[in-house]
Amino acid sequence: MKFAVTVFPGSNCDHDCEYVIRDVMGQPVEMIWHKETDLKSPDCVVVPGGFSYGDYLRTGAIARFSPVMKSVADFAAKGGLVIGICNGFQILCEAGLLPGVLIRNKSLQFICENVYIKVEQAGTPFTSACQPGQVLKIPIAHGEGNYFIDPEGLKKLKGNGQVVARYCDEKGNVTSEANPNGSLDNIAGVCNPKRNVFGLMPHPDRSGEDALGSHDGQFIWKSIISSMAAAK
Amino acid sequence: MSWHVSVYVTLKPSVLDPQGATVQRALNQMGYQAVQGVRMGKFTELEFDGQLAESDVKKQANEICDKLLANPNIESYRFTVEKK
Repeated sequence: MKFAVTVFPGSNCDHDCEYVIRDVMGQPVEMIWHKETDLKSPDCVVVPGGFSYGDYLRTGAIARFSPVMKSVADFAAKGGLVIGICNGFQILCEAGLLPGVLIRNKSLQFICENVYIKVEQAGTPFTSACQPGQVLKIPIAHGEGNYFIDPEGLKKLKGNGQVVARYCDEKGNVTSEANPNGSLDNIAGVCNPKRNVFGLMPHPDRSGEDALGSHDGQFIWKSIISSMAAAK
Repeated sequence: MSWHVSVYVTLKPSVLDPQGATVQRALNQMGYQAVQGVRMGKFTELEFDGQLAESDVKKQANEICDKLLANPNIESYRFTVEKK
């Protein structure tokens, strides 16, 4: 299955994504500079983490106007799989491909640590290799990961089953103590109504091998790969 | 002469502002006990070609705010236009 990883000025997890996809998961991957419009016929587009455009104005606000994002939006509109990780999630929200917005962490601190997330929806192409309610240990590294959406939007998200992952403790309890950044309803990841666009603040690209402290990120990559294979 | 547009982007009242809360605590600790609320926002100055009609300047400024300067999920904006 072929992946495309978009690269913006200031992306810094693009090579983490490239490494986990190619060297750990054994799949072909193309790096697509943000000024390109040709995604090179991928099965899945990855919008990686980092600090695109220095996080100027708002996180992801300027990257969404890069030429490559028009192609990503067209790809998503045709049903293509798009995953945004960390800054990638922020970009997809700014681009309107995902609902809501990521604002400043409640503590105002940049947080870099392993967290636990509970898979609330195992029926998406991004989580199909997980058991419902499975707990994944995946690191976060962000200053703006505090998910926010208006009450009406939250109601819609819940009703449509778009809340894919929530912060929890090691045993899977979704508590305020386990919420690292103040996210509404402990939300760590959401998908669009069609379930082909997914955003996640924790980094499955930095948790693909035990040497990195956890290989739980592989569940996300395995899900994507098997979903794409099933669709062919 | 050009059009000078001052844009104020502020968080909607329903959005928590941890930065503003921290600044308020600092002000209170500095002795300004009367400060009961602080909300942080963004201020942007735009210079437009003076040949444009004022209505066009306003139209473009609205578009710019809607598309880029403010995120309608969390922010609202207002601006003033003057010729300088």
